[in-house]
Amino acid sequence: MNNPIHIKVNIKVNGVAHQQEVEPRMLLAHFLRDRCKLTGTHLGCETTLCGACTVLLDGQAVKSCTVLAVQADGAEITTIEGLAKNGQLHPVQQGFWECHGLQCGYCTPGMILAGVQLLQRSPHPTREEIAHSLEGNLCRCTGYSHIIDAVDFAARQMAAPPPAKAKATAKAGPKIKSA
Amino acid sequence: MAAKKSNGYVGRALKRVEDPRLIQGLASYLDDLILPGQLHAALLRSPYAHARINSIKTDAARACPGVVGVFVGADVNQACGVIPCAALMPDQKAPQHTVLASDRVYFVGHPVAVVVAADRYAARDALDLIEVDYEALPVVSDPEKALAKDSPLTHPHLGTNLAFTWTLAQGDLAVAFRQADRVIKQRMVHQRLIPMAIEPRGCLASWHPGEQTLTLYTSTQIPHLVRTLLPAMIGVPENKLRVVAPEVGGGFGSKLNLYAEEALCSHLAMRLRAPVKWIETRRENASATIHGRDQIGEYEVAVKKDGTVLAVKARSIADLGAYNQLLTPAIPTLTGSMLSGCYKLKAVRMDLLGVYTHKMATDAYRGAGRPEATYTIERLMDLIAAELSLDRVQIRQKNFPKPAEFPFNTATGLTYDSGNYQGALKKAQELAGWTKLLQQQAAARKAGALFGIGLSTYVEICALGPSKMMAAGGWEWGCVRIEMSGKVTVITGATPHGQGQETSFAQLSADALGVPMEDIVVMRGDTAVAHYGRDTYGSRATVIGGTAILMCIDKVVAKARRLAAHLLGTKEKQVEFKQGHFSVKGSPKKTLGWKQLAAEAYVAKNIPKDFEPGLEASSFFEPPNCTYPFGTHIVAVEVSRETGEVRILKYVAVDDCGPQINPLLVEGQVQGGIAHSLGQVLFERAVYDENGQLLTGEFMDYPLPRAKDIPEYIMDSTVTPSPSNPMGIKGVGEAGTIGATPAIANAILDALSPLGIRHLDLPLTPEKVWRAIQKKKH
Repeated sequence: MNNPIHIKVNIKVNGVAHQQEVEPRMLLAHFLRDRCKLTGTHLGCETTLCGACTVLLDGQAVKSCTVLAVQADGAEITTIEGLAKNGQLHPVQQGFWECHGLQCGYCTPGMILAGVQLLQRSPHPTREEIAHSLEGNLCRCTGYSHIIDAVDFAARQMAAPPPAKAKATAKAGPKIKSA
Repeated sequence: MAAKKSNGYVGRALKRVEDPRLIQGLASYLDDLILPGQLHAALLRSPYAHARINSIKTDAARACPGVVGVFVGADVNQACGVIPCAALMPDQKAPQHTVLASDRVYFVGHPVAVVVAADRYAARDALDLIEVDYEALPVVSDPEKALAKDSPLTHPHLGTNLAFTWTLAQGDLAVAFRQADRVIKQRMVHQRLIPMAIEPRGCLASWHPGEQTLTLYTSTQIPHLVRTLLPAMIGVPENKLRVVAPEVGGGFGSKLNLYAEEALCSHLAMRLRAPVKWIETRRENASATIHGRDQIGEYEVAVKKDGTVLAVKARSIADLGAYNQLLTPAIPTLTGSMLSGCYKLKAVRMDLLGVYTHKMATDAYRGAGRPEATYTIERLMDLIAAELSLDRVQIRQKNFPKPAEFPFNTATGLTYDSGNYQGALKKAQELAGWTKLLQQQAAARKAGALFGIGLSTYVEICALGPSKMMAAGGWEWGCVRIEMSGKVTVITGATPHGQGQETSFAQLSADALGVPMEDIVVMRGDTAVAHYGRDTYGSRATVIGGTAILMCIDKVVAKARRLAAHLLGTKEKQVEFKQGHFSVKGSPKKTLGWKQLAAEAYVAKNIPKDFEPGLEASSFFEPPNCTYPFGTHIVAVEVSRETGEVRILKYVAVDDCGPQINPLLVEGQVQGGIAHSLGQVLFERAVYDENGQLLTGEFMDYPLPRAKDIPEYIMDSTVTPSPSNPMGIKGVGEAGTIGATPAIANAILDALSPLGIRHLDLPLTPEKVWRAIQKKKH
């Protein structure tokens, strides 16, 4: 403990290479937050159970609180900060905004990245599939219904670009208008 | 008032202005804040529920690389004062609540020592090197056993586990029970719950030695109350203390408190002359952030055979835990106040016993005492219907006050502001297809299925509250400033943390001022900006905070009208204000807008005599009464005989929170509230064993609802304005949690009723339901 070993890692985060020396025990979540200064990745449990820290590691959604930074050596990470491209929100981000898929916003980055992975694997999911795919992500505010709406919205947007006003919700609900 | 001048933002389901930062990872929660030279604190907590501390060895921890200091109770307790409770009962026996344990620990999670180090890893390493010699002492974790004569004592020096008794007695109970044809009794356990906001608590204190001022950033719902209360603890005067609630990741009442760590980090920042940050772990959050509910009640209800409910009598034990946090003793008293539900009772009596045990303190968790009341009365209504073979809808209707009877004085001494309980019930029944649902149930039962239908007709108390019923003021403060550029800054003393008032307050301000929403910024959560406030809890922010803002706008418009009259060369009375423009009545072509008026008001070269420059106003709104939202939830379920699992087939929610500023936000609040109820009914329970060990200290053992547990909703509303504020709004933050729990529970117990199961206590886990089914089989 007095002279902790440091290991050099090369991790590409949102397209930017980060070469750093880290302790072997450093969590990927802390690497992203403390070293890369990307604080959009949140920690809620440090036990893989809440999913707030979900990021994409080589395209796979992982809980970055239980991945070590050294395990991510050589990998490409996408965090919530890297999702919007050229000032354009990712359709899943847009869906969360349109459908009121968040309240306090703390679980939201992880929830959005879990949604992104789902739509990569299954572009036309049913509501049940969406709910199932988000099982690893806890939200205490929304009650999930609007989150499912949000991912559904994104799926429709991605399936029929552009503009084709996709219906945000399958159920009776208020019309969503832009502020 | 100003709200009536609408250009159409109020009432629309607009998406939120706070969302772009949140969906892009650009928001700043507590742990995202970094101050130069900041240190990290980590707390060592007791693994024992009750023990004497014989010694604490900190030498090895102090020698750990990166460690700046290690402190125990003897080092800091005097300087950190006593954690306040704003709701102690007049004759309550209360232990002194210091920030760190002194010579004893009283619950698992009780903080014993704090390490301050250069980084969080070093701080946690050092924690492992602290050696505490504990001598285990007898534990009491069951509040009923705690009242036995030979029980171990939570705080031996108090001589008893009974903290207080409190009685609510309204109406002539004896007469009501004499008049009754039947008295129906039921014991109900309102299990202990853990709020589990996804962002744990945390704080960051920064001392400015030159100015002798302290800034405390803290993940709280109540920065203003913290600023009111913390000075007495740490000796920094109120006017030298700034409290900031940054982005806050959920509260649900658990961050409506002043906690040990806030005082401790403040003190350490002053002592070490460096910013000190503490971030709670999930296990700490489960064991040392307040819990909710935890009452055990014996209830009796007096009824006539036609279903007229005469009176309710309750004897309830509230498990306070080991200490009184901010509102601990007050929470179960709210249960008594709401025990008559939506019904015209003649008498209510509640005898409440507040009991100490070796557990974390209970306090306000979403609903705060009201869910217990609504669950009780709505379960009782179903039990009455079952025992008297009456229709459960009809007996509810029979006991409702009529809409014309409002304001309605309840048997518990409250005055419900407005209501149309029949209307919400009727609408919910229509949406549920009640008659068809009953037919479906009959067919399902014939086929051997356990099919249940449940409803609850609820009323709750919101917009807490008039100052006479609050410990430190129940008003809310606001400020509206037309900046020199004509842009608008709205400042609220409420502290939204997910509820969306940056949007809803911009909507109502934009309409009242006649400006585009994009021109408005809503600021909150920083006592240096929002000078005064009473913050966000008790579904109060929109009703009381929103009204304060409208009062400001009235003042600003009046001032602008005076300036406009001067500039237009007319009398004030002749000036018309419409959609953001001031003009002379009858000559609408010559108008002055906010931009021109603001420029004149601040440049101040051409202003009326005695006109104060500037264009801003602040207001305190003191509400004349609480508000009483209500509604009906109807639920259909099927219970598996084989596994005891519950499947929700239909969920109908009709809620009445008065006029809605933003129906999308209302829907979100209701859905979120229902999810808390689903958790309470189906899974959640904080479990302490007989040794006071918390067995549900992680998400692994304390299951929150997940996306797959959520039914499809059929949601609608009725609109019954409140007379207590100019917008007529009522509040909706806790409605879902209050209305849904009994509806879901009633549905499940209805499903089990053909087996002869009368009542089961929550949570109705598959195991509990399965065991109950098995018992009836044999």
